Amino acid sequence: MKKLMLGNEAIARGLYEAGVKIVSSYPGTPSTEITEFAAKYDEIYCEWAPNEKVAAEVAFGASLRGARSACAMKHVGLNVAADPLFTLSYTGVNGGLVMIVADDPAMHSSQNEQDSRHYAIASKVPMIEPADAAEAKEFIKEAYKISEKYDTPVLFRMCTRIAHSQCPVELCDREEREIPVYEKNPQKYIMAPANAVRRHPFVEERTKLLSELGETTALNRAEMGGTETGIICSGTCYQYVKEVFGDSVSVLKLGLINPLPVKLIQDFAAKVGKLYVIEELDGIIETHLKTIGIDCVGKELFSPIGEYNQSTIRAAFGLPQPETVSADSQIPVRPPVMCSGCPHRGLFYTLAKHKITTLGDIGCYTLGSAAPLFALDSTLCMGASVSGIHGFNKAGGKESENKTVCVIGDSTFMHSGMTGLVNISYNASNSTVIILDNSITGMTGHQQNPTTGYNIKGDPAAAVNLEELCHAIGIKRVRVVDPYNLKECEDAVLEELAIDEPSVIISRRPCVLLKYVKAKPPVKVNTDKCVGCKMCMKLGCPSVSIKNGKAHIDFTQCVGCGVCTQLCKFGAIETEVGKNEG
Amino acid sequence: MKVKNVMIVGVGGQGSLLASKLLGALLTDEGYDVKVSEVHGMSQRGGSVVTYVRYGDKVYSPVISEGEADFIVSFERLEAARHAPCLKKGGKIIVNSQMIDPMPVITGAAVYPENVLEELKAKGIYVDEIDALSIATEAGNAKCVNIVLMGRLANYLDIAYDKWTAAIEKIVKPQFAEMNKKAFDLGYHYKNL
Repeated sequence: MKKLMLGNEAIARGLYEAGVKIVSSYPGTPSTEITEFAAKYDEIYCEWAPNEKVAAEVAFGASLRGARSACAMKHVGLNVAADPLFTLSYTGVNGGLVMIVADDPAMHSSQNEQDSRHYAIASKVPMIEPADAAEAKEFIKEAYKISEKYDTPVLFRMCTRIAHSQCPVELCDREEREIPVYEKNPQKYIMAPANAVRRHPFVEERTKLLSELGETTALNRAEMGGTETGIICSGTCYQYVKEVFGDSVSVLKLGLINPLPVKLIQDFAAKVGKLYVIEELDGIIETHLKTIGIDCVGKELFSPIGEYNQSTIRAAFGLPQPETVSADSQIPVRPPVMCSGCPHRGLFYTLAKHKITTLGDIGCYTLGSAAPLFALDSTLCMGASVSGIHGFNKAGGKESENKTVCVIGDSTFMHSGMTGLVNISYNASNSTVIILDNSITGMTGHQQNPTTGYNIKGDPAAAVNLEELCHAIGIKRVRVVDPYNLKECEDAVLEELAIDEPSVIISRRPCVLLKYVKAKPPVKVNTDKCVGCKMCMKLGCPSVSIKNGKAHIDFTQCVGCGVCTQLCKFGAIETEVGKNEG
Repeated sequence: MKVKNVMIVGVGGQGSLLASKLLGALLTDEGYDVKVSEVHGMSQRGGSVVTYVRYGDKVYSPVISEGEADFIVSFERLEAARHAPCLKKGGKIIVNSQMIDPMPVITGAAVYPENVLEELKAKGIYVDEIDALSIATEAGNAKCVNIVLMGRLANYLDIAYDKWTAAIEKIVKPQFAEMNKKAFDLGYHYKNL
């Protein structure tokens, strides 16, 4: 039976069919749905971990105990999980262990465009890359066989275009696997120096064996067509190449992308005329070819920046492009914005109004950096706002302490913000940390986290109490505000900035897109009272605009949060009283 | 069959993912090789969203690039114009007449070009404009814009009406099936082509 499946859903299906028992992940676009779909199978225990390092170590523990396990993350998540990865390479596995990492070329939803293949090379573990959802499912099963046969974790590389593309996938049955009796093996699993020095030669030997595997595995295949041109590629680039050239060229499609084969490539190169390497992001395959002395054309034709498509390939080869038409008018951009009624908006308005320096973090609230609020000064990586403000204040002294805050979401605070808060407390900076608690992991599409009180399946779970946690860390001043109340936000921010000790403000209101959050009736503009002063426009709410010189509310979008009514000095924005209040 | 390309474009939150899910499932049932490519995450927050649906005997690329789309189904006027360069020569645009101001227009940094569809028509582009928001509201919920537009698209594709409604029943929750089938029907029969 064939089913149309998203790449990420196909991965989950592959985990199911491979008999995987444990999956632990932290959400991150474009990897999130892997774990969400896996959680639909009762045979797989799935969880959201607080961060990718924890997730990878959970997978390690499950592997040590003999179960097949997995963790999934976005490319920058692998930076967080890199610590266990590099030593997992030494310990190897008991039950098969696959780490799925999803790159995001073109940065549809990411802060950088890093190429995760470098991790496979650096940590000396095999990496597998599929070219569509159907292959993703089959390759996952192959990844577990390789993991167990070669005693290694396996990195499984996805990219946005495969993770978020659907194609028909053939479904197979699950291969159930018994968990063996646990046997202690300290020489293999205690990576103290005495043992680790013995494991490193094993890793080098394993790489040799995996290189031999690369010569013969069905993961790599040559598709011989016209031999004037030969193209070496992997992943989504294979699809673009076939789209443009069909069988008119010969293609060496690589599925095992670390370690790369030598003889297979040499043989292919010998059979074709001019040889090209087409790979998104960095020239890793190209470098390999040049290292083994094979001439090829790669990054001189293809950019290391962004995604490719069939048009990119045509352009590089000087092939004709189809005719296009466009409108004459300038088309204004449509950037993502904070939603109507987003609880972050009121807090950001307060920060913007007082021109407060704000170190930001990763989440929906990064959108506070956009016009008209321009409320952020920095966004680096998960947790960097809390660690960063400490450094900023230590460098800037009292002057910066009194006019600088940082903002971080509830999920991001759990991920890696709380360690920064420990540093603020321990090393004493008078920093003001604002936790934007919207009771969900928002940007990735509403995943539960340790503060929400629910687990991945939506069942009740222990909830971290943020106030108590901050107190326990040593922060004495912890207060909670409702971001829909501008006066409350302003008072809290100004008071905590003035105080000569570290403090935490928890701006608490659930994400407006959560199903249990009921919209209030839209607000209305009384055009007799509106003078067109545009104060309400300072919020950057997509529901508020100016039409014919007066404020206008888009009733299809407005959820009646009432923040704009507090800004209007003329009382011109009216709430509909009595209807669905609360 | 040679590969056909359908782009579904709109503003994050308008329900384009459900439309592509419906179309993808239907085409798979028809026995085609199908690829559907979506963008999740950041772009969903009121930004411009694009979904590619490709089908035929064998589909390789998951994306549609410039000059390749047989159809662009747009949930909003400006988005139709934004993606018009993807239209193939002789391709068709089906567009909801609704206008949603992007943030640069709201803040006054840019102007909404209200006559973009006329500009495209003047260049010989086939534009089928439909007030899908009003039709969806008539069907019972403004959120059915996606299904109204699929109803309109059905006029141009070689798939029987009954197969569409059967696919709707499979995709949407049972309590919303009737409303969505009505939305589909109203879109399908919206004035003569």
